Amino acid sequence: MPFEIVESCVNCWACEPLCPNRAIVEARPHFRIVAERCTECLGDHDDPQCASICPIEGAIVDECGEPLNPPGSLTGIPMAMAMSLLEKAERAGASAGSAA
Amino acid sequence: MKLPVIGQTSAGAAGGGCSASACGSSGEQLGHLPEAIRAKVQDHPCYSEDAHHFFARMHVAVAPACNIQCHYCNRKYDCANESRPGVVSELLTPDQAVLKTKAVAAAIPQMSVLGIAGPGDPLANPQRTFETFRRLSAEAPDIKLCVSTNGLALPESVDELARHNIDHVTITINCLDPAIGARIYPWIFWQNRRVFGIEAARILIEQQQKGLEMLTARGILVKVNSVMIPGVNDRHLKEVSRVVKAKGAFLHNVMPLIAEAEHGTFYGLTGQRGPTAAELQELQDACAGDMNMMRHCRQCRADAVGLLGEDRGEEFTLEKIAAMEIDYDKAMQLRAEVRAGITAALNARRAEREQAAAAPTRTAGPAELRSIRIAVASSGQGLVNQHFGHAREFLVYEASNAGVRFLAPRKTDLYCAGDDSCGDGESALERTISALSDCEVVLCSKIGFEPWGRLEAAGIAPNGEHAMEEIEEACAAVYRELAAAGALAAPPGETNRAA
Repeated sequence: MPFEIVESCVNCWACEPLCPNRAIVEARPHFRIVAERCTECLGDHDDPQCASICPIEGAIVDECGEPLNPPGSLTGIPMAMAMSLLEKAERAGASAGSAA
Repeated sequence: MKLPVIGQTSAGAAGGGCSASACGSSGEQLGHLPEAIRAKVQDHPCYSEDAHHFFARMHVAVAPACNIQCHYCNRKYDCANESRPGVVSELLTPDQAVLKTKAVAAAIPQMSVLGIAGPGDPLANPQRTFETFRRLSAEAPDIKLCVSTNGLALPESVDELARHNIDHVTITINCLDPAIGARIYPWIFWQNRRVFGIEAARILIEQQQKGLEMLTARGILVKVNSVMIPGVNDRHLKEVSRVVKAKGAFLHNVMPLIAEAEHGTFYGLTGQRGPTAAELQELQDACAGDMNMMRHCRQCRADAVGLLGEDRGEEFTLEKIAAMEIDYDKAMQLRAEVRAGITAALNARRAEREQAAAAPTRTAGPAELRSIRIAVASSGQGLVNQHFGHAREFLVYEASNAGVRFLAPRKTDLYCAGDDSCGDGESALERTISALSDCEVVLCSKIGFEPWGRLEAAGIAPNGEHAMEEIEEACAAVYRELAAAGALAAPPGETNRAA
């Protein structure tokens, strides 16, 4: 049941020293989790450490390929962007409406 | 040792709205410091406005990991053409960082400071950061070491910082109120968990304040950086300034938020704006009554090299360093000579100014003259020594009857790229003129015919008469010339700072 680091990893080293099993290794093009060493931190920590510090949404996935930090969960950007686009559209709509 | 609190000594003058440190020549910014502190900062370009014209610094990017997320930062960003905190081109190991530092310090003998500022948080990478410091303090003992941190891991790092003789630490403190913090920091990594929202901000603020107190209690100089975010913490920062000063911080650096959609940051993508130059200055001036303010910050990259206004990083890639032949002992000797020369010159200049300030002639002029802003093209040494078309930034000074003070650097696009075509010089010139629209004079060593005419048309007087003169003296001379020509009578009903 190992986790996996995928290509959106930015090689920031944050996860590497936290792994209780030393399962994370520096590699190119990006860091890698040695599958046979990964325990998802069970028995060591309540939360998987790599996924708890990783700043990039979607960069660490579980065995089903599901991101441990899904889009929007860390930065709030997708939701906020959607809101701001919506606001812009509404403003544009309002001004178009008032012009008409 | 408890550090003396800056500003207390001049508190009486500050109340009058025109203290020596605020309205005098900006070079007097450090004039009222105790000698021990002045000795510590006089060759540190980020701690002394005077020093930054002469001394160079570099950052080594050994610290990629971060333990928090800020809404003005995007950890994916990596670009050679962007100059702002958190951006680097080449991540270094401690070994490579030591090699690079020694190579740069050999090629640029004015280099006095090595800082670690990222691209993540240096104290979230304690092994890499302290290994670099440990080796440099042994191999280049004349180079000052400093570090910049978000403060989360600061309390646990104070002993180690003191052990490496690091006596300049910068903490970025954007707020004291967790509710405001929650709008700046979406999460932190704390005690093996990711913590979100107000709880995260509360822990971070607590750690920052604790770290600040621990450092100043040990006599380590602390500069506080704050990012001014309009509508989020702008009205709160005066309180931040007051509190950090009371806890012994030495200098406060309020910086404008940098937020562009193309940076991919939360603030950039959500349309959060940065402050205007006028808003920034207003806040800096408001804080200045309480606190020693830094105004010459260039918000540099985590791998910047050179004088504050320049970035020579490209000359020192690992590949280029490998090809250099360096005599390290000779280089250190040269640095000592250069440093002694600059320090002597700065001391002489300071003594001259103190004498001039003590003389009663300054108050003799008519008080109703208005103040003006002067933009200066300088490539260092504190001189008016740069061609208008070669300037990537201008230093903006305010000249008034009370003297000359530095306000801020203004970044502009390069007008002339040095080739025949001048690229998009046309629009770059327009942007420069618009960036300097509040200035009445531009001082430079030389200026071309075309920009001369355009500046004049925009109401900004180009002036190449003071080439190679000392900046503040040149500004004062221009002010005197304009006053003598009767160009500075204040518009009726307007009271200016000097009045």
